[in-house]
Amino acid sequence: MTFGQALAEAVEEALAEDERVTLIGAGFGSAPLDEAREKYAARIKYPPIAELAYCGIGIGAAMCGVRPIIELSTGTFSYEAIPQIINEAAIAYSNSGGQTSVPIVFHMFHGIRGAGGVQHSGSPHPWYWNTPGLQVAVPGTPADAKGLLRWAALKSKNPTVYMNHTRLLNTRGGVPEGPFEIHFGQAEVSRSGNDVTIVACGIQVPRALEAAETLARDHGIEAEVINLRTLQPLDRVTMLGSVRKTGRAVVTDESHDNCGVAAGLAAIIADEAFTSLKAPVKRVSTMPVPVPYAEPMEDFVTARPDRIVAAVQEIVPGR
Amino acid sequence: MAVPVPAESALSLLQLMLRMRRLEEEVIHFQRDHQGLIRGHVHVYIGQEAAGAAGCSVLRKEDRLFTTHRNHAHVLAKGGDAGRILAEIIGRADGLCKGRAGTFHVADPALGILHTSAIVGGCLPLAAGAAYAAKLQGSGQATVAFFGDGAMEEGVFYETLNIAQLWQLPMIFYMENNAVLPGERSGRGSPSSEHSAEALSDIPQAFGVLTQHVDGTDAEAVLELMQDLVARSRRGEGPFFVESRTSRWPGNYGSVPSLVGGDTDISWAWDWQSAPEVVRRWEELSDPIMLYARKLLDRGALTIDRLVELDGSVREEMGHAAEFALNSPLPDAAGALEYAYA
Repeated sequence: MTFGQALAEAVEEALAEDERVTLIGAGFGSAPLDEAREKYAARIKYPPIAELAYCGIGIGAAMCGVRPIIELSTGTFSYEAIPQIINEAAIAYSNSGGQTSVPIVFHMFHGIRGAGGVQHSGSPHPWYWNTPGLQVAVPGTPADAKGLLRWAALKSKNPTVYMNHTRLLNTRGGVPEGPFEIHFGQAEVSRSGNDVTIVACGIQVPRALEAAETLARDHGIEAEVINLRTLQPLDRVTMLGSVRKTGRAVVTDESHDNCGVAAGLAAIIADEAFTSLKAPVKRVSTMPVPVPYAEPMEDFVTARPDRIVAAVQEIVPGR
Repeated sequence: MAVPVPAESALSLLQLMLRMRRLEEEVIHFQRDHQGLIRGHVHVYIGQEAAGAAGCSVLRKEDRLFTTHRNHAHVLAKGGDAGRILAEIIGRADGLCKGRAGTFHVADPALGILHTSAIVGGCLPLAAGAAYAAKLQGSGQATVAFFGDGAMEEGVFYETLNIAQLWQLPMIFYMENNAVLPGERSGRGSPSSEHSAEALSDIPQAFGVLTQHVDGTDAEAVLELMQDLVARSRRGEGPFFVESRTSRWPGNYGSVPSLVGGDTDISWAWDWQSAPEVVRRWEELSDPIMLYARKLLDRGALTIDRLVELDGSVREEMGHAAEFALNSPLPDAAGALEYAYA
């Protein structure tokens, strides 16, 4: 099934299985949700263009026993709600000494979608990963999309920022039947290999897999691809285990790299797997400029598969 | 006041106001008498007690209250333990939030004060969310958000007011305008904040929100208003907006609050002329506690002896509370790492 269908299944099942679940905003891109929107209309709100207030309303409701899913649509719109997401949702549990929890999902579509222009192409997950108290999910496959969202909406006690890449919506992949969930903090080995580890999340998972196929076909290099699924909590064991095996790592993410996701992961690898490393850790991120509109420029700054291939070639001896 | 408040209720309202005052005086004593005990800024509620006391006296334990950086007395009025409030203010292990929150964020989730934001306007959408939850759950719980006039300079106020009205959320926006001249407290008023509106209460009315204004130094006026609004919000009506006007306590003009006229002397209730000059006009015209005590004395609902006795017991309680806080241990440093995630 497609990523969008998997997402829709998770939303619909969450609404069906737990009447505490409520939706504020119900766009979800092209995900097929018309039936659910009708069936659960009493628990679905279409707010005015007021991200700050409706995120805050979700947070307040979550403090009172509701389990809101907030659909922000474009990820950069969440910047309008930063004061509530970072300065209220993330801190409430700690600040109350464990008395007030905020089980809420902030869902958004991030990334270079194609012709989004600079304000609709952003990837805010480093901002949220930088905020203790928030969980950050960045699904890479349709199965991730469903399993992670079900777990966040139905089981988690913490606020979750759930980032889907717009370009993943029409990708296809196998999704287990029935009510299946993926507990946060469990990475997946998407492809096995012994020469280099490529660490990725979200859209970089299919891009890393594409790069790995090229590396195997054209260069005889077998890359292992790690799909992190969630940045917080982070499955260090799977990531570091792979790096210790291969001795080489390329970290890739579709965000800017200063204090970004690839930078943060590379630092953890350098700290904790230094003695296993045979080469420096390389990073492939969106280039450090505001994302331009024209297609060749947009494509140029993207963390494309060929840039991942080139980064691997820098650290793996030629074959 | 159509129906006089029964003497018992009047006395407990006055007592609560006195407890709020003496609590804040202890906070200022902490700052004045113990170097380094309060390491940052504190905001006190002195001069606004009638609003918080009367507003909270009509709330039940399960009702939700949201407050601000000026929260100490609100938490007390909702039923919070004075010793644990003071312990929180000085970051001690027995504080209501285990010393993690401090003066800016005192909260008591068990009493419906789920989270206290010190960001101006920060709690407004949270309160709307609590009201949304009450509506979804059909729980009949009331939600009151206390906030200052400054929050009406923030964008979040407008976004929240709009949604609250669109979704008909059963909440009370209780705006405390705390720097109004005495003669203007009962009028339509003008903004004391940096605002282009002629009167702040014009704003919610433009959104179609039922808006009231009240002299926030008049305990019984606030009580009558809040009894009505809380009862209506329990039935699912709302939102409501209240502008409550008080006059700034002279101790609040400096960069830190200061007891410029000393501790409140209960004799100012019947002899305001004896108050130090720096607070004399305020005690005559604007101190909600003195105004109410004077009213009850005039009405014969209270004697001077009873008032002195009442104040004595409140001072004793707050003295013990301060001692409890001072004796409470500092939290374990490594405990900082707990509670980031549930």
